[in-house]
Amino acid sequence: MPDRLIRFGLPVLGVALLLLAWHLYVVVFDVPLVVLPRPGLVWDSLLKNWRLLVEEGWITLLESFYGFLLAFVLGVPLAVAISSSRVLNLMFYPLLIATQSLPKVALAPLILIWLGIGIESKLAIAWLVAFFPIVVDTATGLRNTPAEYLDLATSVRANGWQTFWKIRLPAALPFVISGSKVAITLAVIGAVIGEFIGSNQGLGNLMLVANSQVNVPLAYAALVGLAAIGIGLYAAVVLVEVALKPWFGEAGHT
Amino acid sequence: MISALAADDAASGARAFGVFDQVAKTFPAAARGAEPVVALESVSYELKQGELVSLLGPSGCGKTTLLRIAAGLTRASSGHVVIRGREVQGPQEDFGFVFQSPNLLPWRTVLNNVLFPMEIAGRNDERARARAMELLDLVGLGGFAKSRPHQLSGGMKQRVALCRALVPGPSLLLMDEPFGALDELTRMEMQDLLLHIRRVSGTTVVFVTHSIAEAVYLADEVLVFSRRPGRVIDRIRTDLAYPRKPELRYTAAFTELERRAGAGLGVVHAG
Repeated sequence: MPDRLIRFGLPVLGVALLLLAWHLYVVVFDVPLVVLPRPGLVWDSLLKNWRLLVEEGWITLLESFYGFLLAFVLGVPLAVAISSSRVLNLMFYPLLIATQSLPKVALAPLILIWLGIGIESKLAIAWLVAFFPIVVDTATGLRNTPAEYLDLATSVRANGWQTFWKIRLPAALPFVISGSKVAITLAVIGAVIGEFIGSNQGLGNLMLVANSQVNVPLAYAALVGLAAIGIGLYAAVVLVEVALKPWFGEAGHT
Repeated sequence: MISALAADDAASGARAFGVFDQVAKTFPAAARGAEPVVALESVSYELKQGELVSLLGPSGCGKTTLLRIAAGLTRASSGHVVIRGREVQGPQEDFGFVFQSPNLLPWRTVLNNVLFPMEIAGRNDERARARAMELLDLVGLGGFAKSRPHQLSGGMKQRVALCRALVPGPSLLLMDEPFGALDELTRMEMQDLLLHIRRVSGTTVVFVTHSIAEAVYLADEVLVFSRRPGRVIDRIRTDLAYPRKPELRYTAAFTELERRAGAGLGVVHAG
């Protein structure tokens, strides 16, 4: 019981202290509303605008999730292709690694020109930033099958196909999950950036609108919504990971 | 060559199960300018049907290399291994291999780990399942068929690995220091279990170990290997009756065999 209290109580206490410090700072130094509203005002705005926030948040959530899904559906097969073909690997792996360090967000204005201000451009940006961690981590997992598993496959005369489906792919699953954890967080960032650059919907857009109307509490409320989406999507991936935990045991790479 | 061996069999009258004919292995240099590594220097041996042979030696003496060549997992640089009249050029269907680590697939249940070879061979039918369950019962793990490997102790995992190697009904069981990572008591239990399994299945066993006591306790014949480059420096026929009991370890005959093997390895003085 005290252990549980500490594990759940302390993080809550941490957040409470932070909110308290925020509140005191605003009150004591008499910070203008446009600079930083009190937490209480943000809360009021959340309550007052919850319908709007949920509607706009739903759009941002879908953009992020579909962008991630697209990255997953295209990324995993690409990883399989480059990790099973030496030629493809030599051709594309260095490029993939190099792209990792490219600020892909810089492409957002171009994507907007290509795809317009609809949901397509948000999907494309979310996909673009989520794609690489999935490909790179999956490929790493597929290339690092424990040698002893491969020995086992050889000793029972498994063919290449069987070795892939029954050994290499399941052994790479923890890597796919860890890539997905990074990718889903990035997908939310990608969607919001897309909304910042050109959109008439979504929480990112709502923030811009609220800012331009100097409705600062609403901008903060939108930020809270974004945080909820990011945390929620990340938690969904963690749930999948936890569900697979008995699958991998302590021997897994998770 | 093979026909010549058949003639040898006829002459000796013994039922030759397998032949190691001047098997040698040299690994290519690891780096430019480095010397190639001679792992194994010409080993010849005639394996009899149903025999249990221990390959005993220090780490890096090539005993595992010889085992892997016999299993078809590694190619010999020269010489060859013939098992049941066929030259080994890759893993055979009727070989079972037990690795140094249990090497179970963590995402499979115990039963599905045991059935893995049958699944690969496309023979995962009711009979295979029944046999797998029978083997699990035999090693005392009948109640763990649905468990995951991470729920088992080291000794239990290695029992599952043993079942997996036995499930196709192999005529040759190849074991690479399978009990090396287990504690002393578990290890002795596993040795008795192996002897029991060998008695009921009649399978021929090649067993790699660096434990003198283990090599002597299990084997009909112990091949003692020198340090790298590995070669056989002594062959000890144990001539101890089966079934073997743990008390055997404390008899004079057993100690004498241990001493001889130890002398071959240079850990005790020959006398």
